[in-house]
Amino acid sequence: MPAIREPALDVRGLVKRYGDHTAVRGIDLQAHHGAVTALLGPNGAGKTTTVECCVGLRSPDDGSVRLLGRAAAETGADDRARVGVMLQDGGLPNQARPLELLRHLARLYAAPADVEELAARLGIDQFAATAVRRLSGGQRQRVALAAALVGRPELVFLDEPSAGLDPQARHTVWDVVRDLCTDGVAVLLTTHDMEEATRLASEVVIVDDGRVVAQGTPAHLTSSYGTSSIRFTAAPSLDLEELRRSLPTHLSIGETRPGEYVIAGDVDPAVVATVTAWCASQGLMPDQLAVGRASLEDVFLDLTGRALR
Amino acid sequence: MTFVDGPRASRSLAVQSQETPTRTHAAPPAARRVLAQAAWETRVTLRNGEQLLLTLVLPVIALVAMSRTSLIGLDVPAGHQRVDVIAPGVLAMAVMSSAFTGQAIATAFDRRYGVLRLLGTTPLGRSGLLLGRVLAVLAVEVVQFAVLGGVAAWLGWRPSATSLLLAVPLLVLGTAAFAALGLLMAGTMRAEAVLAGANLVWVLLLLGGGVLLPTAELPGALGDVAALLPSGALADGLRSVFLDGALPPSPLPVLAGWTAVAVAACVRWFKWQ
Repeated sequence: MPAIREPALDVRGLVKRYGDHTAVRGIDLQAHHGAVTALLGPNGAGKTTTVECCVGLRSPDDGSVRLLGRAAAETGADDRARVGVMLQDGGLPNQARPLELLRHLARLYAAPADVEELAARLGIDQFAATAVRRLSGGQRQRVALAAALVGRPELVFLDEPSAGLDPQARHTVWDVVRDLCTDGVAVLLTTHDMEEATRLASEVVIVDDGRVVAQGTPAHLTSSYGTSSIRFTAAPSLDLEELRRSLPTHLSIGETRPGEYVIAGDVDPAVVATVTAWCASQGLMPDQLAVGRASLEDVFLDLTGRALR
Repeated sequence: MTFVDGPRASRSLAVQSQETPTRTHAAPPAARRVLAQAAWETRVTLRNGEQLLLTLVLPVIALVAMSRTSLIGLDVPAGHQRVDVIAPGVLAMAVMSSAFTGQAIATAFDRRYGVLRLLGTTPLGRSGLLLGRVLAVLAVEVVQFAVLGGVAAWLGWRPSATSLLLAVPLLVLGTAAFAALGLLMAGTMRAEAVLAGANLVWVLLLLGGGVLLPTAELPGALGDVAALLPSGALADGLRSVFLDGALPPSPLPVLAGWTAVAVAACVRWFKWQ
């Protein structure tokens, strides 16, 4: 692998509007060979639109997209053969049987992967002859992933690859993504799963409302947005106003899930004392009280807000 | 770190570790991709029960029932039998079944499920996808014509070689017109609406569009209108070719006109997603 290579994907100033609504407002994004880049954001942040603009399914209103050193608008069949795509809606024909479908797709490439091996790797061999319409959501996801990889791409777009998968299948998918990375493939995946981003990505791009709000390695993001955190569980929907007033203003305080509270920022012993004193004043037992480094989830919620989308 | 049972693949999924990093041709030639797609689509269509009902079973039933019984009054020219009038209409019915109704429903659901989007990102591309689909329609039609021709021959149909040759441009242009109209429906309406609409249009054209009954035998103005529809033009044209051995002047321009309008409308309004 050459030390210096052009990014496999280079997106600059991407803008996409749907009528009056601007879904993507100037996103810059790179994906490199041998690395996983995670596009992380809440629903409606513009992740899928960004991927669709990259793979030629939508034409951007502004900005540029370069894939494997070539402008997206100029790509032809040979370029498409070097890029693998897994879409969120799957895109599998309902009547088809998985193994036949993969064999057919392999015929569209000059040097495809070994279909049987790929199917076995993703556990597709267990339902190889069942029509797509009878498969579970997780099984379809795996077929769609195989379809993205059957051409042995150099750049792969995975739009929420592990949505709807059980834990076993999720780990299989993660293993496959890591192996792609080891083989020098550039992977861009969208997710709102923090664990997925933390475990897989070497670069995380957090988007919200069509903009990049933070970017960097998971370690960089967690260290620059809050060095540590206090977590505890208690009754849901507590009134946090008084606690907020008694803590330094640079700390972010919130309920990440019903009954799960996080205080993120520069946590020192005085902060711990303030929090526990507040709990005592409320007659609350802070269950599973833990002090630790902020997680990517803390950063994400801090940056994108806690309102439900 | 492996969390699943079973053997892990030893070989890599990617290209770089096995071969030279850059390939000159990552995709096979366009013709091979399109033919692969056409073969795939043909197989899927011929294996689908509902499609077979539409493309083969119903036309065979119509051919046998209308030739063997006189439930429907028909003007049979002197020197001809009922099957000579029925068979050309059933060929037009077969074209409508596969090029229009079957194709429109398949494309509409492929669009709904994102198949058009996904295949658009493969080396096949959108144009290859459409070309493959049209070739698959033609392949299914060859099967239909062989089966229907065989049944009609058994019923006593003896078309001349000249008639068969003259029928080719009509069948090709009729397929083009109906395929374009089917695509227009599939690319602009919801899948459920296409399912209902394409079947309804098929039934209406069969009965009132000059397909099974010659436009001349339809009541009043309906006959004049039907002659200007792609269904009436195709079926009337085929009946002239097979009954008189001559290609009348109007059907080809009518079919070409419908094709041009439908293709232009597709270019303007077809939505891939």
